[in-house]
Amino acid sequence: MNKGYSEEILDGIKNRFPEVEIKIHSQRRTYLRINHEKVYELAQYLFKEIGCRLSIATGIDTRDGLEIIYHFSYDPAGTYYNIKTVVPKDDPKIKSLTDFLPAANWIEREIHELLGIEFLGHPNLIPLLTAEDWPEGTYPLRRDYE
Amino acid sequence: MNSENAKSEIRNPKYRVVPIGPYHPLQEEPEFFKLIVEGEKVVDLEINIGYNHRGHEYIAQTMTFDQVPFLVERICGICSDSHPYAYSLAVEDILKIQPPPRAQYIRTIIGELERIHSHYLWLGLAGHFIGYNTVWMWVWRYREPLLDLFELIMGNRNHYAINKIGGARRDILPEDYPKIEKYLDLIEEKTKMFTNAVLDDPVIRARLEGVGVLSKEDAIAYGVLGPTARASGVAIDVRKDDPYDAYDKVNWDIVVFEEGDVLAKAKVRLLECFESIKIVRQCLKNMPDGPIETRIEDIPPGEGIGRHEAPRGEVFHYVRSDGSNMPVRHKIRAPSYMNIASNVVAVKGYSIADAALVLAAVDPCYCCTERTIVYENGKKKYTGKDLLFLSHKKTEELKRRYRR
Repeated sequence: MNKGYSEEILDGIKNRFPEVEIKIHSQRRTYLRINHEKVYELAQYLFKEIGCRLSIATGIDTRDGLEIIYHFSYDPAGTYYNIKTVVPKDDPKIKSLTDFLPAANWIEREIHELLGIEFLGHPNLIPLLTAEDWPEGTYPLRRDYE
Repeated sequence: MNSENAKSEIRNPKYRVVPIGPYHPLQEEPEFFKLIVEGEKVVDLEINIGYNHRGHEYIAQTMTFDQVPFLVERICGICSDSHPYAYSLAVEDILKIQPPPRAQYIRTIIGELERIHSHYLWLGLAGHFIGYNTVWMWVWRYREPLLDLFELIMGNRNHYAINKIGGARRDILPEDYPKIEKYLDLIEEKTKMFTNAVLDDPVIRARLEGVGVLSKEDAIAYGVLGPTARASGVAIDVRKDDPYDAYDKVNWDIVVFEEGDVLAKAKVRLLECFESIKIVRQCLKNMPDGPIETRIEDIPPGEGIGRHEAPRGEVFHYVRSDGSNMPVRHKIRAPSYMNIASNVVAVKGYSIADAALVLAAVDPCYCCTERTIVYENGKKKYTGKDLLFLSHKKTEELKRRYRR
């Protein structure tokens, strides 16, 4: 199989989700920007219909809000399809992927405790890494953390 | 890491909890497994991690791009090449450059030598767990020459500091090639010996076969990586899927088995050592001349993803730059993060004697197991020693059965 992104997959995504903004960084790295309300459906499409694997997710505190990048890997072509989304800082909520993707369980817990994003529908949203006596509501990866 | 984590099953008087962990002095990830057992059978598993959370991602954001490789190298003492490797690839992805050919070959050689030494480490410990201390002693005896080889090339037995953004930090001297070849011959001969000894032994087979099975569906759903995935029939390997550096310039095969049990995981690791030796030999033979680094002035704003196939699976690094000399965000994901989570399904239904082995089969840390204590009605019942004894006893029983 040819290595790199495929027009076919990108067209499929565009047909299904017309609002998605596609940025091709390089042959094997693409970024799909989408509204946070649509992330669940897009992730489900990538996992179930394309056959991508959830590699990990990254949470970042930016000026526009709390950004989450879901890194999906399409292994036969060695390509990363990264879903980028921003959740507003004053109401950081997004639908959890855990009901169809157990691989998302730990990383959602991690982002929840480090950045304070709530994952709706997560079965067990308790801290993963921080100590038991870590004060609630203190998020170490936020910009305003001291 | 929350005591309210306890699931309802734990409170059921029918079940007992066997805690494995939490502190472990050897590897970088102390984990705490709570086995929920009914008699000897494991019915559920709860995993707590984070005891040694050091905030590497945060620290990386306070360091310059050139300092970060030294930091991420210290994430893990066993695969200390993998993290700086993936980080360098990530920053090179921002810059959209490739290191010079000679540097690519050097980095590939070190990556593969590291894989052999890591697989040896696992094999030795697995031998110890099932009561084959001879396997443990022999494998670790021949891991020594590998560490000597690292010292010869890089001046250090661990923490090799070979990767930098845009190249390699040290050259491999041409007069050292024959010495490396000689070491490789020795390692190949001994790997053959171990493979035959382990795979031909009926007791080891009986002890590992059909234990801790991770099905292909679960492997995909949990997103497991490396030998754990390849032993369950998921043929993923970054070196083949997304080739970087010299991996697409050499011939080698990806090792895949379908069974998903501990034996398959052992087979994948053993046979991979031969592939690694093959890769190193070809790299030495075709090593191009030339510079070993590209000079990098500034890192432009942008984002990059670096992935390297570490001994345990894909290491993933995401780096974002805003044009300053420090990363704004550096996300790190080690393969064990995905692999350990899959233990929840792999260990269910097996006995306590098997649990230590199954939990170790994804190649996380081992000493946790030696810190195991079972409490029943507030009284200590099993210690780590007892668990090891249980595992050894099962092997002895099998040995006796085979002698008949």
